[in-house]
Amino acid sequence: MTTSVTPATGTKSAETPTPRPPRRTPPPTGLIVAAGTLLLFVTAMIAPGLLATHDPYALNLADALHAPSFDYWFGTDEAGRDLYSRVVYGTRESLVIGLGATALSLTLALALGSVAALGGRFVAGTVNRVIEVLLAFPTLLFALLLVAITGPSALSQVFAVGVGSAPGYARIIRGQILSARNSGYVEAAVALGHGNGRILRQHIVPNAVRPLVAIITLSVGQSIVWASSLSFLGLGVAPPSPEWGALLDAGRVYITQAWWLTVIPGLVIVALALAATTLGKHIQNSLEKGEK
Amino acid sequence: MTLTSSNRAVDAPAGRRAPLAPRRTIRLLAEKIGGAAVVLFGAATAAFLAQAALPGDRATVILNIRAGQAIERTPAELAQINQQYGLENPLVVQYLDYIRGLLVGDLGISYQQFKPVTEVILQQIGPTVALTAAALVLSWLIMIVWVVLTAGRTGRLSGVGAVVDTTAAGLPHYWLGIILLLVFSLGLGWFPVISGPSFIGIVLPALTLAIPLAGFMGQATRTEFERSLEQPFVISARMRGMGDTGVRLRHVLRHSVLPAITLSGWALGATISGAVVVETVFSRPGIGKVLVGAVNSQDMPVVTGIVILIAALYVVANLLVDVAYTLVDPRLKRS
Repeated sequence: MTTSVTPATGTKSAETPTPRPPRRTPPPTGLIVAAGTLLLFVTAMIAPGLLATHDPYALNLADALHAPSFDYWFGTDEAGRDLYSRVVYGTRESLVIGLGATALSLTLALALGSVAALGGRFVAGTVNRVIEVLLAFPTLLFALLLVAITGPSALSQVFAVGVGSAPGYARIIRGQILSARNSGYVEAAVALGHGNGRILRQHIVPNAVRPLVAIITLSVGQSIVWASSLSFLGLGVAPPSPEWGALLDAGRVYITQAWWLTVIPGLVIVALALAATTLGKHIQNSLEKGEK
Repeated sequence: MTLTSSNRAVDAPAGRRAPLAPRRTIRLLAEKIGGAAVVLFGAATAAFLAQAALPGDRATVILNIRAGQAIERTPAELAQINQQYGLENPLVVQYLDYIRGLLVGDLGISYQQFKPVTEVILQQIGPTVALTAAALVLSWLIMIVWVVLTAGRTGRLSGVGAVVDTTAAGLPHYWLGIILLLVFSLGLGWFPVISGPSFIGIVLPALTLAIPLAGFMGQATRTEFERSLEQPFVISARMRGMGDTGVRLRHVLRHSVLPAITLSGWALGATISGAVVVETVFSRPGIGKVLVGAVNSQDMPVVTGIVILIAALYVVANLLVDVAYTLVDPRLKRS
């Protein structure tokens, strides 16, 4: 599904001046599956009632730890709650945490990265050093350090994952702005006598921002994985909530009796992360191919 | 660009290496070491700020963390804590004390366990080091076998190989760990459910860390491997009558592991932070488990101590890779 990733990087920025061929290849199956999966998750986020089959909070001790069946698609937990409906209702919280973290990290990364690329010598140098220092902490550890300060909660999950993954993105954005700034078209614009503001607006911003679409898609999946890792460690949203990481954390106690309580929520997270990655890589490829 | 060519250069007449200006190399190394030192200093500063950022009066917070409940403290109690942790000093003095302590290997005193953080870490670091080392070795083995078997093959095999790489690289540690635990411990009963200090107990946790890492390194290696397969030296080796497996193992592999070696500094960091999750999944002792407990109880000296230690390892590993690279590949010196 993503086999064409690497060759594309070698042939970016059209080496051949021929016009683009008019042929339209149908989108690859992987992409369709990924888009369908994401659509399903978005539906579950906006209108969980459409997909759920039971009340996600209704206790039914008679049916506790029921294996997946026709009645309970994903089985039930120790209190007889329907796991499938809980996963559906947990989508909103999981996605909001993931999207919030992505928004926070990209905002920070955009600020840090553009100052590091375009600031004056001293400012850029300092910000660059700060990014480098923060990169010395692996993302999950940085997030744990932040959770230690704020204490575990959904909000601190957003904060920790958002801030924790910002330095990596800041470096990517800095690189993108720098390569746009050092490119031939900016040189040409300078030669034409265009002002700094105009060059920034017309050339650097569009060229540095376009690849962000791919980064955003990729990082939503990654953020959800990081955030669910935190709840899995008991350092995020606490178990009664159907947030996916919390479901895993709660199910871990019953691993010997009820495999579905951990395997299925995990599978859902993997499916979402893979779908986001596939879509992100596809966007990345088509951007590279489409570069003029 | 390869290990092979430079290894040969050592054997070759000294003339080939001589023009590489040792003074420049030394300056370059000094620059890199200086850069790493600055990063470490910055990381230490960030760790200090994290401790100072704990909301509320610190002495009260420390006492509450110890007692596990939030109550009003008497000035006498607070004074004792303030004195023990040097909290009556201005922040600048505390900062200088902290940095001075770090330089002599003193990471402060745990809020909760009443003993030096260094001691807490030393007691628990053994299993984590063993796990990390085992995971790194395993990931290389898996990656090399998989890439040599599948890269550059005709038909579906090559595509399947790449898809497996991408998928493996994206697997979250907690989930992979649970699957392995369910299948091999609970299902087949090959491994103990609670991973103890025994050799057999380390297999599943190490695999959990190794599989995503192998997928990640495999992506980089596969690209390079397929590029190397098209090089003239492959054709010449084939012409000499060498078999396909021989060419892959003896020639192509050597040329294609370099990107993965570049990643090894990063891989070490990723493995250690993955160990935090894996130790929880497999109920294994280690600093990851200590870290999670300390984060939960806001025992900041332990949290920052472990984080600083791992950051230091990470920076040093990256520095070593960087230096090794400069020494091995003469072309990098000119850039």
